[in-house]
Amino acid sequence: MDGDKREARQNDRAGEVHVHRLHRSLFAALAIIFTTDSAWAIDVKAAVLRIDYPTLLPISRYDLPPDDLGFGGAALADEDNGTTGGFLGHTYETTTVAVPPEEADAAMAQILADGIKLVVLQSRKEDLLRLTDQAAEAGALVFNARAPEVELRDASCRGNLLHTAPSHGMKADAVAQFAVWKKWTEWFLISGSNPEDVALAEAYRKAALKFGAEVVEDRTFDDTGGSRRTDSGHVMVQRQLPAFTQDADDHDVVIAADETDYFARYLSYHLWTPRPVMGSGGLVPTSFHGAHEAYGATQYQTRFEALTGRYARPEDYNVWLALRVVGEAVTRANTAEPDGVRDYAISDEFELAAFKGQKVTFRDWNGQLRQPILLYDGMITVSVSPQEGFLHQSSPLDTMGLDRPESSCTAFD
Amino acid sequence: MKSFLFSTALAALLAVPAYAGKAFISNERGNTITVVNTETWEVETEFFAGNRPRGITTSPDGSVIYVCASDDNLVRVFDATTYEELPSLPSGPDPELFILEPSGKRLYIANEDDNLVTVVDTETRMVLAEVPVGVEPEGMGMSPDAKFVVNTSETTNMAHFISTEDYKIKHNILVDQRPRYAHYTADGKRLFVTSEIGGTVSVMDIAEDGAPTVVGKISFEVAGVQPEWLQPVGARVTADGTRLFVALGPANRVAVIDAQSLEVLDYILVGQRVWQLDFTPDEKYLLTTNGNSNDITVIDVEKEQAIKSIQVGQQPWGVVAID
Repeated sequence: MDGDKREARQNDRAGEVHVHRLHRSLFAALAIIFTTDSAWAIDVKAAVLRIDYPTLLPISRYDLPPDDLGFGGAALADEDNGTTGGFLGHTYETTTVAVPPEEADAAMAQILADGIKLVVLQSRKEDLLRLTDQAAEAGALVFNARAPEVELRDASCRGNLLHTAPSHGMKADAVAQFAVWKKWTEWFLISGSNPEDVALAEAYRKAALKFGAEVVEDRTFDDTGGSRRTDSGHVMVQRQLPAFTQDADDHDVVIAADETDYFARYLSYHLWTPRPVMGSGGLVPTSFHGAHEAYGATQYQTRFEALTGRYARPEDYNVWLALRVVGEAVTRANTAEPDGVRDYAISDEFELAAFKGQKVTFRDWNGQLRQPILLYDGMITVSVSPQEGFLHQSSPLDTMGLDRPESSCTAFD
Repeated sequence: MKSFLFSTALAALLAVPAYAGKAFISNERGNTITVVNTETWEVETEFFAGNRPRGITTSPDGSVIYVCASDDNLVRVFDATTYEELPSLPSGPDPELFILEPSGKRLYIANEDDNLVTVVDTETRMVLAEVPVGVEPEGMGMSPDAKFVVNTSETTNMAHFISTEDYKIKHNILVDQRPRYAHYTADGKRLFVTSEIGGTVSVMDIAEDGAPTVVGKISFEVAGVQPEWLQPVGARVTADGTRLFVALGPANRVAVIDAQSLEVLDYILVGQRVWQLDFTPDEKYLLTTNGNSNDITVIDVEKEQAIKSIQVGQQPWGVVAID
């Protein structure tokens, strides 16, 4: 995208946020006359840093990222936290920054130099780790609102890194539980050839093993750069995919591992053997989507849409969650210090209502937010995992993703 | 002779409903109100109540039914005998729950989408005040002396105590996640606030001047039910202040609690996703709306047992019973 244009849009966005902030401070001034139980005033400063990678167009126009991806969630969180803060003498101000990859380090340095110690990151794995370590040197706490790799919650975990984005493992386990509940236990796994796809495919193989399903056919659909959306894209796809999926062992369901989004959306209706598709196409595991209504989520959606003029994306929800975690720490534990927020978040006292029917909390062994995963068909919530009957000794949510004995993270010990 | 008998029989038939008590159930998805006879436990009728009807209440004399038509952004009003629609009241956007003061004059409405409590005069049909509260206001309780209205905000997680004199918030109390409902005891000395996602009921003692002090918290445990599904929503306390009943949402149970010692005594199995509660005026029965099974359960209050369930409209939400 054109850099100037993006910057101009950023400025527009900053203007909007400023108006909200002004409105809120007026409100806070009014609220001050109310008696409260607050101990002292806290001005909470946070930042959302988003790295915009050069990418090809998504398969579907509906997946085109809006300019304020994630930032919409930040604006809503500031409103929500600010309303509560108005009663307690707390204010919230979140700076949003979008940069190309080569400017990420400088942007993080600037955020830290501005004295901001709570940073939400929307970036890929390698950048996330490097920037998190940069933040650690300044004593800052980072929330991962995008990167799904299991490794980040495992051997590569960091003591100053909390994850509101669900991991590949959580999403794969969510799909696996639904498949097993349906008794679709024989899987045809089709994975992409890019490293991100390979990592996701591995999560599905582990999920199959974990829940008693079997990958009866395991194939890679190579990314040759030729299947992208073009004016005649579906013509080629209609010929290629049936041939590619021919002669597979008997299977109940096709599981797609296509993190880089180049073929999975095409799978439904183009298979040799007609079967449901789940994973990166068909029924997709996600932390949130704009049609989710249950558990009071309608209110979240209407507030978000009024603020941004568009539907909420999972990235918005992940950012909103991160900033609401900060809000809870400020409200309940009277702290906006990075260590204080972290310690409160992973403590037993922490709980947050997040429009998914049960409270969300953090795993104290790797900083991952436990949360239900929605199974979304592109229009509605089809189901929500964990599925009935998948039991766990401490929380059914821990049936998804790395459980305590499985995680090799030691940064939280 | 024949026709005389017939008309007598007809008059007798017509006379029965006039003396029997009635319960009005708002059906959130069906856009209707179901009327249930509380002696025969038969459904009398079902009528259109506006779009997404949720909170429902009655005038003190039982002659008028008010319902929050959430998607119409107004409070619809119906004659409790003829079910004819009367002029609506303004409500502010997305009204969810409300409470009428004992005199029947002022209605306090929670506007879920707008972080407001709107105060409406039921006689002049004018908005008297808009009070800014926390995010997603829902529960509305009123102190028996009508001096305070308590609003709970679901995302801010507070109980806001609004003075009915100047419409200003006098106290804010943090409670557990997603507070749904606030209910005073009849003597006004205690307040219960249910927290759906927190899974608890906060108990506050109320001083002479209306100031709250949190004195305890009730939590729930049912063998074989995951703790996540024990989600307190609607609540009612008996007039003598001895028993508190709390609807537990997707746990499909109503908890019976000693309102003094705060000990949970029993769980009564009802329909699916039990939401709101109301006593019949004689307090012999407690009615529960069960949103997912589209029915209501009748609980015998003295025996603390469910005695009957009655199919109503689609996704029953609120209930109010009159003589």
